[in-house]
Amino acid sequence: MPTLSVEKEKLFDALEKSYTDKEFDELCFEFGVELDEITSEREEALKSVTNKLSKQQIEALSDKIVYKIDVPANRYDLLCIEGLSRALKIFLGTMEAPNFTVLQPPISDSSPHMVMNVIQEHTEQIRPFVVCAVLKDITFTQERYDSFIDLQDQLHRNLCRQRTLVAIGTHDLDTLQPPFTYDARPPNSIQFVPLTHSSTDTSFAANDLLDHYEIDAACKHLKPYVPIIKDSPLYPVVLDANETVMSLPPIINGSKSKITLETTNVFIECTATDLTKANIVLDTVVAMFSQYCANPFTVHPVTVNYITNQKEVKSSYQTPLMAKRTELAPVNFCNSLIGINISPESMLQLCSKMQLGPAELIQKDDDAQTYLQVTVPPTRSDILHPVDIAEDIAIAYGFNNIVKRIPTTSTVGGEQPLHALSDLLREEIARASYTEVLTHGLCSLKDNFTALRHPISQAVHLSNPANIEYQVVRTTLLPGLLKTLQHNKSASFANGFKLFEISDIVLADDEHVNTQTIVGAKNQRHLCALYAGPTSGFEIIHGLVDRVMTLCEVQPDAAYIAKSFTSSGELNTEEKFRISRSGWTYTIQPQEDDGEDPMYFPGRSAKVLLTSPHTQDKQICIGTFGILHPEVLHNFDILYPTSSLELNLESLL
Amino acid sequence: SFWNFDPLFQPQSHPARDAHDTFFIKEPASTISIPEDYYERVKTMHENGGSGSIGYRYDFKREEAMKNLLRTHTTAVSSQMLYKLANQEGGFKPMRYFSIDRVFRNETMDATHLCEFHQVEGLVADYNLSLGDLIGTIETFFKKIGITQLRFKPAFNPYTEPSMEIFGYHPDLKKWTEIGNSGMFRPEMLAPMGLPENVRVIAWGLSLERPTMIKYRIKNIRDLFGHKVEMARTRTAPVCRFEAVN
Repeated sequence: MPTLSVEKEKLFDALEKSYTDKEFDELCFEFGVELDEITSEREEALKSVTNKLSKQQIEALSDKIVYKIDVPANRYDLLCIEGLSRALKIFLGTMEAPNFTVLQPPISDSSPHMVMNVIQEHTEQIRPFVVCAVLKDITFTQERYDSFIDLQDQLHRNLCRQRTLVAIGTHDLDTLQPPFTYDARPPNSIQFVPLTHSSTDTSFAANDLLDHYEIDAACKHLKPYVPIIKDSPLYPVVLDANETVMSLPPIINGSKSKITLETTNVFIECTATDLTKANIVLDTVVAMFSQYCANPFTVHPVTVNYITNQKEVKSSYQTPLMAKRTELAPVNFCNSLIGINISPESMLQLCSKMQLGPAELIQKDDDAQTYLQVTVPPTRSDILHPVDIAEDIAIAYGFNNIVKRIPTTSTVGGEQPLHALSDLLREEIARASYTEVLTHGLCSLKDNFTALRHPISQAVHLSNPANIEYQVVRTTLLPGLLKTLQHNKSASFANGFKLFEISDIVLADDEHVNTQTIVGAKNQRHLCALYAGPTSGFEIIHGLVDRVMTLCEVQPDAAYIAKSFTSSGELNTEEKFRISRSGWTYTIQPQEDDGEDPMYFPGRSAKVLLTSPHTQDKQICIGTFGILHPEVLHNFDILYPTSSLELNLESLL
Repeated sequence: SFWNFDPLFQPQSHPARDAHDTFFIKEPASTISIPEDYYERVKTMHENGGSGSIGYRYDFKREEAMKNLLRTHTTAVSSQMLYKLANQEGGFKPMRYFSIDRVFRNETMDATHLCEFHQVEGLVADYNLSLGDLIGTIETFFKKIGITQLRFKPAFNPYTEPSMEIFGYHPDLKKWTEIGNSGMFRPEMLAPMGLPENVRVIAWGLSLERPTMIKYRIKNIRDLFGHKVEMARTRTAPVCRFEAVN
């Protein structure tokens, strides 16, 4: 969420009203912004860990109270004090929403026509679009100027996606000669004094300038934008009729056209790769700062011509659009969506509070219902659908005034079968004195493979891990349990330390389908348990396998059960009462028969084999158990012999 | 990315789709196949709108939608369930869903944040639901876990409109704190799925770790989740009960 920092005093001046902190917090809550922090420049510097200012320098900072206000990510009109105070005043009813006018230039040969010619064949290779506007007779104070720059920064960070989608350039019109040109030229042919070097008046060729920005510490704030154009054979450039470089988008403006507190006429250009966003950005800057023009809320347009190399105009438009449109929302729809029943007339008033006025009630010929027709101003580019209008009416009405209801349709609840089984087994295994753990799904290659004496095989690998602990999604639950053991050394192992987890692992799988989609991986629910103690506990872990099978209604096969007959040929007591599903049998097979898993102690591991109707009555291996190899224990710093088990639970569903 | 972002009407240029916030997959890097006709409807909605919306009007890129990632919210699964609900045999029927599951975010870690955590999500899909229904459902839900005083604040999510942040007076902390997020799914999300026009879906969600840490006075998330949890804490944990509310 973007944050706007405003001095409390200045904000209350703009609002023409004072509030206590609590009252203002309340207003923000109702409106839909959040007063996140109350601080001051000095306090920030004191709290900051990165700030290296001396005590003297910190004392010199202002201790005026600053409000940090979080605004919704889709409200570009709330990113500066001008916009926020205006929106709040309209919400409170102390101000009417302004009407923006694009003043058409008088047809006169003597006044230079505001035109931007785009050399399309060049710009389309790197940054195709541009939109422009002129603010006339504007008065800047230091505060307004700072706010003007801050708004551009905010927009660059958010909507413009770090200048990749749109970049804003603002210029002192009186230092320039129209008509203007937007071109893209070879880097070494663009020569100018950039804004960063105004004081020394150093001129650079564009390619040298970018190299400079990459290494110079004083300009490090521009370094992130260099890659946007660095490798292009042509760099975008905005020029006036005298070939003065106005800007090198999206990097830096030229020094010649820089804006000062004395500037009275401003030329704004927004170059872009996304034309829709460019217009939203331009409209926002104009809407916010045209209030300081001698004729407030007016703007002068610029004609943008896309021309061929032969100077032929291929297409053309006039900006800023100051996009205003009307939108219809059925009155009944709004009432029903919110769950209120207010009169259409009250809706009109609520619309005005939310900058959606003037609003009218409309009857359509072929339709019995009444429609609300609202005016969507250029400051409300977030309105996409009638639901956006309904939400605003709800906000103006007050969310906390809505009467609550419960949906009336009856439905029957239930758990997913795999989860139901997992929960039941968790209870039972805990009853067998195993302590449950919940471990991370992301781990290092080492933990998941090499520490278990396994080669690195297929898995889901992350491309941007925060650190090596997050290289891969686990394909086994065992490392999580072993790391838990490692961190609980102070616990008592004398009577055996038993842990288990039932959770998902993730395998690479390019056939598994989920909602008609094949992503290339699938989740698998595993059970993993271990025993660590003075003895290895192999028979204890083995016992858990048998227990789980009994609980899941799977019976041991004839060969396995042979040992359970008494000498007189009868089944022993427990076997008599076993309940199992028809066709479901299991057995244990020592791994020496069939290639040992190097994770286990040689000769001390076994496979769990399952036969079921789901496996077409073939035996499949659903897991293994055994005594862990000492090297594995060493890798996890475990000092006690340990046996472990891991099974695929899904096969038991 | 497809189920996690695009059908939820989260634009491809949204910052949450950055590598800063999301874990992208190196291998397997791209989704192999998706339901193509649904993909087309989602693409059209982003590019041109429809069903009363003006859309986002940008160029929707297939490669972006096909980038594999670790889901950043359980809504990535809710979208799949709603799609199935809309296209099941016999057509749509009102339904209530919930999930409690793991999500992954590439965020800065600190005492209360890890790269993976759990979300609790609930949704109701039915005809003509309203914000009043959402508020009532949320109140009933939180009453069950001991929070009875709630206030709702206008908020923004790309996939819900209206959206509300849920604030509750926490009986233990003795102060108002944000306890969840909620909203009504946008028509731009529901229409391409094929849900009937007057079906509305209300949804709310919260993290699992935060209320647990508040209730049990746990200061560091690593004491609750992961391999650094002390087994002694697990062994002495009480049964989970809340103050009875009548």
